[in-house]
Amino acid sequence: MAATINLEVTRYSPESDTEPRTQEYEVPLRKEWVVLDALNYVKNELDGSLSFRWSCRMGVCGSCGMMVNGEPTLTCAAFLTSYSPGPIRVEPLRYFPVVRDLVIDMSDFLEKLQKVNPWVVREEEKPLSEGEYLQTPEQLDTFKQFSMCINCMLCYSACPVYGLDESFIGPAAIALAQRYNLDSRDEGESQRLEVLSQHEGIWDCTFVGECTKVCPKKVDPAGAIQQYKITATKDYFKSLLMPWGSK
Amino acid sequence: MPASWWLGTSNYLKFMLRELTCIFVAYFVVITILQIRAVNQGAEAYAEFQTWLASPVMLALSALALLFVVYHTITWFNVTPRAIVVRVGGKRLSDAAIIAPNYIAWIVISGLVAWLVLGG
Repeated sequence: MAATINLEVTRYSPESDTEPRTQEYEVPLRKEWVVLDALNYVKNELDGSLSFRWSCRMGVCGSCGMMVNGEPTLTCAAFLTSYSPGPIRVEPLRYFPVVRDLVIDMSDFLEKLQKVNPWVVREEEKPLSEGEYLQTPEQLDTFKQFSMCINCMLCYSACPVYGLDESFIGPAAIALAQRYNLDSRDEGESQRLEVLSQHEGIWDCTFVGECTKVCPKKVDPAGAIQQYKITATKDYFKSLLMPWGSK
Repeated sequence: MPASWWLGTSNYLKFMLRELTCIFVAYFVVITILQIRAVNQGAEAYAEFQTWLASPVMLALSALALLFVVYHTITWFNVTPRAIVVRVGGKRLSDAAIIAPNYIAWIVISGLVAWLVLGG
């Protein structure tokens, strides 16, 4: 096994570059190192000007998502040896504006996430003296999978629909909306329906399914979207056939 | 994004193939409508229709369409567990338990149609 591996890293400085360029770095190929370790090696030993986001190093914070050899990947979970002999191409997450080097502007995602009210909505809060809202393990099980989302945005970079139409609200935001819709304590489904039932909501999705494949937490956003399409269709026909029935 | 975005990776290509299969589903619908029209026009017209359908070009086209329609069916059956969640006794049914009834219905209905067409 070679002792080193080459990284081809996308660099972009808004002050001096008109478009992104590629810079190559040679880093030690250690079997316990992930791509993020290699980037930190570059930053600490070779080139302190390289910018990228990271925090926890253990697949929890969702900060270090980048394109690795063209695939949206959490760089803290991608071992260098699986790309041997290299080179490894490291680019910023696709379909997002680039701020600098590997750092993307995530404001579009954050705005969309906020639109779906990703919190427990109550029509009326019960007083504290009445205690907590209880939930059975079965009730928890209905939404737990969707609650594992770490907002890493890999699903947006995997989604060609988002690439083609940036008004699409996107996989993670819909999966998180569904996480609260399915929560037995929540009463906000009709608020979220207004956003989700738009064309830019669930109906923009053509079920490519790549969001689910790249998700590091097995959230299955594609499943969440299709399941919500069924719910929205059922609601529509129910209100058409029984307009007097309350939703 | 360039118009060729789906050519780069095999997963995107497979998705586009699955989407394109709808053209071949429509093809079979059109053929069926033409067949009904031929039946309505009488025995002579129907015989003419059958000869046309048996020409090498139409046979090749039908074989290609069948291939795509089978791909369409299988790929859609395989994604049904993503869209349909059934819980029995608080537990979510396995993917296989959601996919299997689709295949069973397919085989039973195909058998029924074959039995009708082949003069059961």
